[in-house]
Amino acid sequence: MGRIFRHVIFGFLLLLAASIAFTPAARAAKEVKIGFSMALTGPLGPAGKAALLAIQIWRDDVNARGGLLGRKVKLVYYDDQSKPANVPGIYAKLLDVDKVDFAVSGYGTNLIVPALPIMMERGMVFMGLFGLDANAKFKYDNYFQIMPAGPDPVVDWSRGFFEIAAKQKPRPKTIALLSADSEFARNAVVGARRNAKKYGLKVVYDERYPFPGTTDFTPTLRAVKATNPDLFYVGSYPGGSVGIVKAAHEIDLKPKLFGGGMVGLQYTAIQMNLGKLLNGITNYWFWAPEKTLKFPGIEAFLVKYQKEAPKQKLDPLGYYLPPFAYAYVQLLGQAIEATKSFDQKKIGAYIRDNTHSTVVGKVKFGKNGEWATSRTFQVQLQNIKSNKMSEFTKAGKMVVLYPEEFKSGNLIYPYEKAK
Amino acid sequence: MLSVEFFLNALMAGILLGGFYAAISVGLSLSFGLLDVVNIAHPAFILCGSYVTFYANEHFGVDPIIAGVVFAVPFYFVGVAVYRIYYNSFEKTGAESLRGLVFFFGLFFLIEVILIITFGVDYRLVQAFYIGKSTSIGPVGIAYRLFVPFMVGGILATGLYLFLSKTFFGRAIMAVAQDSLAVQLMGVDPIRIKTVAFGISIATAVIAGSLLIIIGPVEPTIGREYIGRVFAVTVLGGLGSMTGTLVGALVLGVAESFTSSFFGPSWALAVSFGILLICLAVRPSGLFGR
Repeated sequence: MGRIFRHVIFGFLLLLAASIAFTPAARAAKEVKIGFSMALTGPLGPAGKAALLAIQIWRDDVNARGGLLGRKVKLVYYDDQSKPANVPGIYAKLLDVDKVDFAVSGYGTNLIVPALPIMMERGMVFMGLFGLDANAKFKYDNYFQIMPAGPDPVVDWSRGFFEIAAKQKPRPKTIALLSADSEFARNAVVGARRNAKKYGLKVVYDERYPFPGTTDFTPTLRAVKATNPDLFYVGSYPGGSVGIVKAAHEIDLKPKLFGGGMVGLQYTAIQMNLGKLLNGITNYWFWAPEKTLKFPGIEAFLVKYQKEAPKQKLDPLGYYLPPFAYAYVQLLGQAIEATKSFDQKKIGAYIRDNTHSTVVGKVKFGKNGEWATSRTFQVQLQNIKSNKMSEFTKAGKMVVLYPEEFKSGNLIYPYEKAK
Repeated sequence: MLSVEFFLNALMAGILLGGFYAAISVGLSLSFGLLDVVNIAHPAFILCGSYVTFYANEHFGVDPIIAGVVFAVPFYFVGVAVYRIYYNSFEKTGAESLRGLVFFFGLFFLIEVILIITFGVDYRLVQAFYIGKSTSIGPVGIAYRLFVPFMVGGILATGLYLFLSKTFFGRAIMAVAQDSLAVQLMGVDPIRIKTVAFGISIATAVIAGSLLIIIGPVEPTIGREYIGRVFAVTVLGGLGSMTGTLVGALVLGVAESFTSSFFGPSWALAVSFGILLICLAVRPSGLFGR
């Protein structure tokens, strides 16, 4: 009887142990929590939501393979509403209340900078998503930024535009600069100004437009036209980019090279609206369906993204930010697996010292956690004949001109010829 | 740079922009200027107009202006409902000054969230045969993308002016604005008059929204950019004056255009609001205010 009783007790304890092991709390302990803030509303919301979808696709891919070192990935995120003031509170909560294992950044320079001091204080690896020189003042060695702007982002951002211009004959002599009155666009034009000096260009127009708050760009572009510049470099945000492209056509602005740092022209909705008006514009770009940019995994990722994006009313093609949002967590995951560790220092050292193969190509970090060499493409939009989305899914429409190793076609010069 | 052609083009761009500013402001001139309802949510209703226009244009290929006019009708009733809630909750109890303001702030954010949930956060634009094309009169270029809103803005302001000055109901609205008690003594229900007038102001906001999306892309939070501007136009023109609203809008449009053309766009907003401050200092009731 005593023996039977002992067996019953043993069986009961076994059952209890098994039930504890499989409780949600126990399962949660085995998850790797990755936290971040993301702009899901506000001016950066369109891009932020697309970035979130990309991160979720990575999570599903990793979990389908069994997770990271056997632990499933769980995302913990909050909407920062595109407001930098919300960011410190969110990261404090992620680290102290949610107890995330890793934290990555939200989208954009303005939303990375407020989180950096907190991550520095905790000595944690911090992957950045599209920050322009965000670590310049902090110089935090465990910060790694995925946008391929290069070691001197402010200057490298527009380097390609100027290198292309310098190769043209006769060599352009004058340039007009116009930027939105915000940190990113101002930085872009600061770099353009330095490049203009380097290439011996005379700046004939250099102004900023209020952002937000500019409804019509016609008067501004007429002032640009009056200076008759050879090159017109613009640092603008989506609303402004659309207004500038339309106004340029309406007043028949004819610089020899036009574009540079216009955000928004990479978004499918804007591409479909502008259609043929985009022809001839030479602008920075991060990915296009060109034969030179077939990085491992990018097409498989885009298939998944493009299946889900319409349901969430997001950019249907997702060429701009989503591959990089996938890559910055992909890279973190690769580092965890390679070091077989969750130790922040080991992971940081691994990311710093190695070249990484991601869906956006080979990534090697250098000074201040920026890419060791710039890989900001300059593309020229060519041969766009309609406003259909299919126009932008084919090769030969967003022709890569720079850097040379990724070149997929030739510049149509001057701009007027490509219109 | 200072050629006659350049000057004329800057002037034309300012006039066209002013027409658009008039379109987005006439509704507020009616609600804020005449009814004394501080409808902070007016730009949010403008955005509603932009989004319903986008929907009709994207799915049915309807011209943006036609879409704006058609949707103005159901939104008139939305305006009626909003005013009834506002009246019963705040105005009736005399709590409209601060709580009413909070109500419209809340409504503003509520509309933003509804737009985000319904349409997503991506930029939305419309297609129309006149967008992206331009013509010229002598040396002066005219972009249809701005000319169409200018015309519609002018028609809206003129139409409302005629409605308020020439029709019985319009004069009743003016009478309510002047002395609500006296109107009541004449056997007219001022609340009914104000309800209808508020409905009209929201309907005009929806038409203005269709003009906004013709000019450029919209996203759900873009309405915030226009809060200052619509109130500036209304106050500069003189509260309750449609002529004043039109003139105030043209003054701000031309000031912005001239500043952008001759001194650089970064000063444009500062100059516009500087003009407003000077006007308020010299003539506190606005250009055409009583």
